Amino acid sequence: MTDRTPLEEQKGRENGRPAGTTSWKGSVTELGTRMDSYYGRPIVKEPVWQPEIPFYFWTGGIAGGSSVLHGLARLTGNHPLAKSALYIGAVADVASPLLLISDLGRPERFLHMFRVFKVTSPMSVGSWILLVSGGASNTAAALELLGILKPLKWAAEFASFVSGPPLATYTGALVANTSIPVWSEARDELPWLFGASAAATAGAAALITTPLEAAGPARRAAVGGSLAALGLTGYMEKKLGVVGEVYKQGDAGRYGKIAKAATVAGAALIATRGKKSRAAAAIGGALVLGGELALRWSVFRAGFQSAADPKYTVITQKERSR
Amino acid sequence: MSLLETLPYGQETYEDAKPRMGFFTDTSVCIGCKACEVACKEWNLIPEDGQVWTGESYDNTSELNANTWRHVTFVEQQKPLLLRDGDTATIDAEPLRWLMESDVCKHCTHAGCLDVCPTGSLFRTEFGTVVVQEDICNGCGYCVPACPFGVLDKRHLPRKPDDTPLKLPLLGKKEDGRVWKCTLCYDRLKGGHEPACAKACPTNSIQFGELDELRERADKRLAKLQAERWNGPRLYGRDENDGVGGFGAFFLLLDEPEVYGLPPEPVVPTKHLPRLWASTALASAAVFVGVAIAFVGGRE
Repeated sequence: MTDRTPLEEQKGRENGRPAGTTSWKGSVTELGTRMDSYYGRPIVKEPVWQPEIPFYFWTGGIAGGSSVLHGLARLTGNHPLAKSALYIGAVADVASPLLLISDLGRPERFLHMFRVFKVTSPMSVGSWILLVSGGASNTAAALELLGILKPLKWAAEFASFVSGPPLATYTGALVANTSIPVWSEARDELPWLFGASAAATAGAAALITTPLEAAGPARRAAVGGSLAALGLTGYMEKKLGVVGEVYKQGDAGRYGKIAKAATVAGAALIATRGKKSRAAAAIGGALVLGGELALRWSVFRAGFQSAADPKYTVITQKERSR
Repeated sequence: MSLLETLPYGQETYEDAKPRMGFFTDTSVCIGCKACEVACKEWNLIPEDGQVWTGESYDNTSELNANTWRHVTFVEQQKPLLLRDGDTATIDAEPLRWLMESDVCKHCTHAGCLDVCPTGSLFRTEFGTVVVQEDICNGCGYCVPACPFGVLDKRHLPRKPDDTPLKLPLLGKKEDGRVWKCTLCYDRLKGGHEPACAKACPTNSIQFGELDELRERADKRLAKLQAERWNGPRLYGRDENDGVGGFGAFFLLLDEPEVYGLPPEPVVPTKHLPRLWASTALASAAVFVGVAIAFVGGRE
């Protein structure tokens, strides 16, 4: 017995979809979950975030990672690297809030972010982290440039140093704390993945601007962060199971491939030639930066794709209760 | 659930807290007249949201969004409405039932949208409902993917390129940019009236009242339908122990929730937040340690 109504029969449609394409009614998924849907329409809404957001995930990661790189370079007396990372972090910390404000539906109300502090909202916590971290790194960079107020500069450097890692990782918590299946189900991996990506990009950016004789830590951070990000991406996609398939499809799949290729090429170039050649280090750094940007885009688009298809919502919820 | 148990649900912080109010939407008597959709739009001055013929039964509204706060779903099924002969559905000669359900914001006990709102724009009213303060919302959009039901959405004006832009005082912007959703007619409640959709409903499918009383009424209704051997009646959002702590606006459905485009077992994202924050703290430490290791081996 078919579930198609006479009207659908006549229109050659099945539950709102052209017949013979994806049939929801009575379809059995890989998990054996019987699945119905309302004309194949999404259950959860796709995010309304614009391209600013994945770019911010990237710049925020560079800023957070650079703060750590800068602080440790200062502590170990590697001043050329410290200076590089400080200025890179400051630039990324200027770009970050501009991207976020530009994404708001009401940009003129951006200060409303600081009406409250809510631990239940990673965006609220993150706004405060960005305020502290961005303010500190820009203060430190400005004082460094002017060469004045040394004690205040040290205080700012310290504030930037301790708020760097949370800035690099909270964005993972932000997307994981939603009802988007592919993000929510990866909540154990996303903060780690974003943290690894942040370390890779901070190292890669510093490689471009730091002389070879001071760039050792940046080189190792870029290669190590890249490897960690590659490993975590693979682990996350595997652990996600059926929902993880969105990382093989559409935009998420395409960006994922670019991310993998560019990161592998960049990390390999840095590891093999980066110690000898400034040009190789810079090109490798640029490849890693590009690869990690593609990674943020891949994660971003995967969220949209998993929201657009109700099966991911239904499967994850039914699996959870089994 | 430890975080949720320690968090105030919100309503009790009011000195003049009212009993928790809500909806019981009994889909077994819905006739799909869409009076609720119209009444809601009229009362709340919601803009037009496109004239689209979907071909999906009588549903041309399609979803809840910023400009649709009541949405009547229409499901055509070749299933019998009543069960006969034992526990399994017998096949009528031409079994057909037409399910209609007026969907609305669930006003969850543990509301994901409210939890994640970084501005405090979303708040819990003295009636226990969840409302967006439109003078506070800055359109960050976090509540949109946070809601397990896809209720909230950012209002786009004009909705499509060929739509005529609406003339609203939008501070010179072409887009409204804020999120909108059902307020359970907060203004009407304040004035001692029932929400517009419940007022307009001709069959009492939408019942408004004190949540405790609605739950009792729903239990009785479910028992009656079961005794009459209806096919598949169930309460959705009645259970206070579900993933969102029960709905303020719950439903009597006649099939699985996903048939109506509803999530089968919704969970508030914040339920996982304690663990997520712990994981984020560990990852932060790992970033620090990882970069520190990069400094082993000197400057070159």
